[in-house]
Amino acid sequence: MPNLNRIKAIAEKEVFHILRDSRTLTIIFIMPLLQLIIFGYAMNMEIRQVPLVVDDSALNSSSRALVDAFIHTDYFRLVPKSEGILNPGELFKERRAQATLSIPKGFGKESLTVLLGIDASDPNSAQMIQNYATGIVNTRFAQAGAGINLQPLILYNPDMKSSFFFVPGLIALILVMICALLTSISISREKEMGTMEQILVSPVSATEILLGKVIPYIFLGLMDALLILAVGMLLFQVPFRGEFIVFLGFTFLYVLTSLCLGLLVSTMAKTQQGAMMMALGMTLLPTLLLSGYMFPITSMPVILQKITYIIPARYYLQIIRGIMLKGNNVRHLYQSGLSLLIMSVTMLVIASRRFKLRLS
Amino acid sequence: MNAAEAQDLSVFYGSTEALKKVNLEVPEAMVYGIIGPDGAGKTTLMRSLCTLLPYSAGSIRVLDYDALTESAQIRARIGYMPQRFSLYQDLSVEQNLRFFAKLFKVSKKEMIAQREKLYGFSRLKPFAKRLAGNLSGGMKQKLALSCALIHTPKLIILDEPTFGVDPVSRVEFWQILHELKQEGVSIIVSTPYMDEAVQCDQITLLHKGSVIGQGSPNEIIARWQGKLYKLKGDNLQELYKYLQSKVDKADLQLFGSEIHLYSKDELHAELIDTWKHEFPSLSSWEEIQPGMEDVFLKMMQ
Repeated sequence: MPNLNRIKAIAEKEVFHILRDSRTLTIIFIMPLLQLIIFGYAMNMEIRQVPLVVDDSALNSSSRALVDAFIHTDYFRLVPKSEGILNPGELFKERRAQATLSIPKGFGKESLTVLLGIDASDPNSAQMIQNYATGIVNTRFAQAGAGINLQPLILYNPDMKSSFFFVPGLIALILVMICALLTSISISREKEMGTMEQILVSPVSATEILLGKVIPYIFLGLMDALLILAVGMLLFQVPFRGEFIVFLGFTFLYVLTSLCLGLLVSTMAKTQQGAMMMALGMTLLPTLLLSGYMFPITSMPVILQKITYIIPARYYLQIIRGIMLKGNNVRHLYQSGLSLLIMSVTMLVIASRRFKLRLS
Repeated sequence: MNAAEAQDLSVFYGSTEALKKVNLEVPEAMVYGIIGPDGAGKTTLMRSLCTLLPYSAGSIRVLDYDALTESAQIRARIGYMPQRFSLYQDLSVEQNLRFFAKLFKVSKKEMIAQREKLYGFSRLKPFAKRLAGNLSGGMKQKLALSCALIHTPKLIILDEPTFGVDPVSRVEFWQILHELKQEGVSIIVSTPYMDEAVQCDQITLLHKGSVIGQGSPNEIIARWQGKLYKLKGDNLQELYKYLQSKVDKADLQLFGSEIHLYSKDELHAELIDTWKHEFPSLSSWEEIQPGMEDVFLKMMQ
């Protein structure tokens, strides 16, 4: 049976280390903020103020209403048209415009067709521009359209702001990285410094060492989560529609899973350097690519879909997006939470089995 | 009951045999020395006795527990001081002591009593708040010893405790060991220094993983057969070279200010006079009693 006092002794000692070591504190508090700010501003996928050249040959009330509808949004900015026939290709080549709108004579009377030219050298932006334009036309002029009239109902993020997407994702990414790093480094440092040899010659058990190491970092992990959440909400105006206590509970599970991943890493790495590389390798790319953060899981090949089941962030992303954007409560999230709990217990058991109480 | 014993103990690192069929009996309440040069296998032996290393063959019993199957019982009852300073450098003297007390489930009252007693030995009390990393080499070793003693173990295992410690602190450290022995603590200590070997009650001489001698230092020295001569000269290096042409190199040992010459039989004065004639800087010679170092160097051959 693990002895509570020994676990407490190890946890307490770990707190002394953390308080004395400014490097650990830097990793814990400065790194997430930097990542949030860098990722946050760099990963902005929205497009604003697209330069638009309009060639209005109709010059009637309908055409003016259409042009007004375009330029009264934040998405488009009117660039004056030069003399002569509008040539989208030339304009795009000179980077004077990213989109063109040609309105033929008799628009609103004989015809309702207009031509939208889009520079698709960046396909993502092109897609966005097309979506914006369709949106504008559909909302303002739907009644005039013929055939099927598709009325989109966009919930939770009607403006499709990308910050709503990356801030929850970053909380998931940063937490797993930092937490896995913390525990794996803390244990491999004891191996490297020789202090592990000293504490092994005592009645301490593997489980006691591992639990004593995890407990202080749970608090740090949760503090980190709150910090990222607060800064994310302040800087990027992300909503928080769920209940705070639900967030705290499920984030606790995710932090625990990530810390246990770090413990598992520490049983494989001999040096701090090795532990660091392994912890980053096992968290950064898998979380970015396979958790459903960047790319939807359903569009992955079957084999990759199977792999996503062992990525903790897969579950936490559902949880955090659910809580922040949809206001989910425990009833909606317990399955993901359970998966995290099972993962952390499994990893803790494997780690304490693998943890060697002898030198080799 | 012996404090510790090993029978036909062999330890392999991969394919290299670090310990070869080592036999050892450590009686209780003694300072027992494991003596040997670097690479002799001292640390391997100490770690095996601490149940830290899985051994390949043979058996170890410590405080009457089996080192393989009852390592938990052993670890709870011994104190260990690894060769490298292995305490937490960023924790204070007091915090280190308290941490190890808690690991061994020492009650607070006992801990404070034992700590005060250890402060008496080590005189570390004025430095209680100082970080372990900021202590001098001698103080670090005394702190490590104190941490190994905080749970009042019956047996302590110290791996080269005076390595890198200044001579004054070394003397002080050995005084503490003798005091501990008076209190009934069994001590196994490894050292490469011969002046420390003679302070042990019993020793095992280790060389290249094998035991080359066992017994009390006096017994081991008494087993010496043959004669030993001390030669001095103005230019020792030259003298050493000269003598190599006269006698077997294995019989010569060059020390800082003298040369020791081993001979199975007594040397005739005429022979040495001939040397003096040929090599005038050979100034003096006399027969001496061998010391531990002479004995060990001879046994290593």
